[in-house]
Amino acid sequence: MSVSVDNLSVAYRSRRGDVTAVDGVSFAVADGEIMGLAGESGSGKSTLGNALTYLDQRMKAAGGKVVVDGRELPISDNKAMRPLRMTEVSLVPQYAMSALPPTRKIGKLVTDLLKSHHVKDRQAVLTELSRRLELIGLKEDVLSKYSFELSGGMRQRVTIIMSTLLNPSLLVADEVTSALDVSTQRAVGEMLLEFRDRGYIKSAIAITHDLSILAQIADSIAIMYAGRLAERAATDTIVNSPLHPYTQALLASLPEVGVRHDQVTLTGIPGRPPSLANPPAGCRFRDRCPFAFAKCTQTPPFEEVRPGHLVACWKVSEENAATAGTGQEQPAVLLPVEEQV
Amino acid sequence: MTTLKIDQVSKLYRATSRAGGLTPALRKVSFELRPGEVISLIGESGSGKTTLGKVMLRLVQPTSGSVTFDGKDIGSYSARGLKDYYRHVQGVFQDPFSSYNPIYRADRVFDLVRGSYFPGVGDKVWSAKVEQALDAVALNPGDVLGKYPHQLSGGQQQRLLIARALLLDVKLLIADEIISMLDASTRVDVLNLLVKLKRQGLAILFITHDLSLGNYVSDRTIILRHGAVAEMGATEKIFGNPQHEYTKMLLSAVPELHKKWQHAALGPVAVSANGAAAADVLASGSAGTALAHASMLDELTHAEQVVKRDLRAVFGGSRAVASGRSQVAVALEPPPLREFEPDHLVADPE
Repeated sequence: MSVSVDNLSVAYRSRRGDVTAVDGVSFAVADGEIMGLAGESGSGKSTLGNALTYLDQRMKAAGGKVVVDGRELPISDNKAMRPLRMTEVSLVPQYAMSALPPTRKIGKLVTDLLKSHHVKDRQAVLTELSRRLELIGLKEDVLSKYSFELSGGMRQRVTIIMSTLLNPSLLVADEVTSALDVSTQRAVGEMLLEFRDRGYIKSAIAITHDLSILAQIADSIAIMYAGRLAERAATDTIVNSPLHPYTQALLASLPEVGVRHDQVTLTGIPGRPPSLANPPAGCRFRDRCPFAFAKCTQTPPFEEVRPGHLVACWKVSEENAATAGTGQEQPAVLLPVEEQV
Repeated sequence: MTTLKIDQVSKLYRATSRAGGLTPALRKVSFELRPGEVISLIGESGSGKTTLGKVMLRLVQPTSGSVTFDGKDIGSYSARGLKDYYRHVQGVFQDPFSSYNPIYRADRVFDLVRGSYFPGVGDKVWSAKVEQALDAVALNPGDVLGKYPHQLSGGQQQRLLIARALLLDVKLLIADEIISMLDASTRVDVLNLLVKLKRQGLAILFITHDLSLGNYVSDRTIILRHGAVAEMGATEKIFGNPQHEYTKMLLSAVPELHKKWQHAALGPVAVSANGAAAADVLASGSAGTALAHASMLDELTHAEQVVKRDLRAVFGGSRAVASGRSQVAVALEPPPLREFEPDHLVADPE
């Protein structure tokens, strides 16, 4: 396992108390795996990604641990994290389009990066840089340009190249495709795949609200809702046979190419996610869920209902327990844990 | 019969940078929008789709060509006529979060409409009208009235802006990327709302870069490329049987849930100083990959710069035309459109 996140909680400090944006999230990403992390705005997916690389002043880690390559990341200690950024974990920030400072040329940004990480053999890295630029079809003269002289797609690719230059184990790519045109989206998505295949990055977490992009590039998908994981499975399983009602509703709201309004009427998900300042007890999707029943007032366990397929839903757990009881199928089932709150 | 007609509209932007020059944002675009019709205008960034929306709202003056509404050129409107035009034609834009003034309550947008269009209307009649408009966009008045913008979700904000347009006697709605900032779960609600309004006779220009959304709502589709129409016609014909290479490329890049991109790994790349290896990668069969596509697009932006120089010569710029690569990707004259089948026009390759 190259990356394992265990019971991670991250809170934002606010005057009205802490807002727990990531609440006890656990998952593991294998070597060579690209994990997709999807959810609505405010689900905590970006907070989770940021927590793995940089906790800013407003955030604090409220518990849990992150292990990358057998080493625990000191995520609450910014100073100790410094040498690990870009080499162990690296982030392509959301709005990467505007992440490049406009007053410095791209090449200068790269040398700054190497200097601040005390890279000894800079020439070797720069040779590697030009090799990678050519790989993705950027000319080397981008290095002598300012960021505003590049198109959006070029800027996005430059940020990814810079974030991965020191071959980090884990790349957190936050909404790298969302502000782009379809053709550029595809180029950036394939660039991530290519970098993974070539071993520039060992594993990646691709954060987006766009499930169809994840269907293209991710090996597995985790669905996040209101600070918790709702479902996690291989991409094919999530796309073809999702179990959590939220995942099903998300997929049902996506129009596919070729679908017209007079043939199929798509439905959205009524309601809004709950406020995380004062989250409701029990399943947080309860108020919007068409299948909610009495037991949903307790927090559902995030348990493995089939090998590699984890779901946090009482309905799924019960149905699964029923089939397991009749002996038709014997998936690995954890017994529902008692509600502790 | 209220019809908006765009006739041979061109728009050249003058660059303000040191290099100067002119950018052709629209090149002789013509089409008509009829009542109850949704046209989706699809194109990548820089294709001129937002400029076209602005021209239709008379926020931008076209360099040449005309926009006629009900048989009258909108460029000829006086201030009074323009106000009347906006009674019928309204726009909703991409970012709902910046469409509101955060200091005021969100429903102030309604009061502004009342102030300029319905000064004589009494409170009772007005609030009934507001409720009716909110009802049309499936918003509960209690949920949104009297709230500040930050208290509303993006979907609510966007629907409130559509309701504002409905307060007027709106015949045509220019919807410029109105759902690209919304979550998938609320996106569909706004789309379905557009379908409902269309059935009530509203004409909608749906500007988007998302092909599957455009396909979902529209009757007709226009694919815009470098400011010129690449392909246009009935939506099912464009999406079912695309003819232009550019449309095909766009469609192949759309991420679909149940169909994977054909991802071909790139071969090894030798280090070279002059970028020759990159050209080899493009030439050696993998040119079909999206990576190659993207670098071709980057090439085009370079080519556009060359065109700017050439245009400067045409329009008598202050500097002489720079020599060098004279590969012209974008000429001012758009490629001619040919009829491939009824209601399906395809432009010649450029």
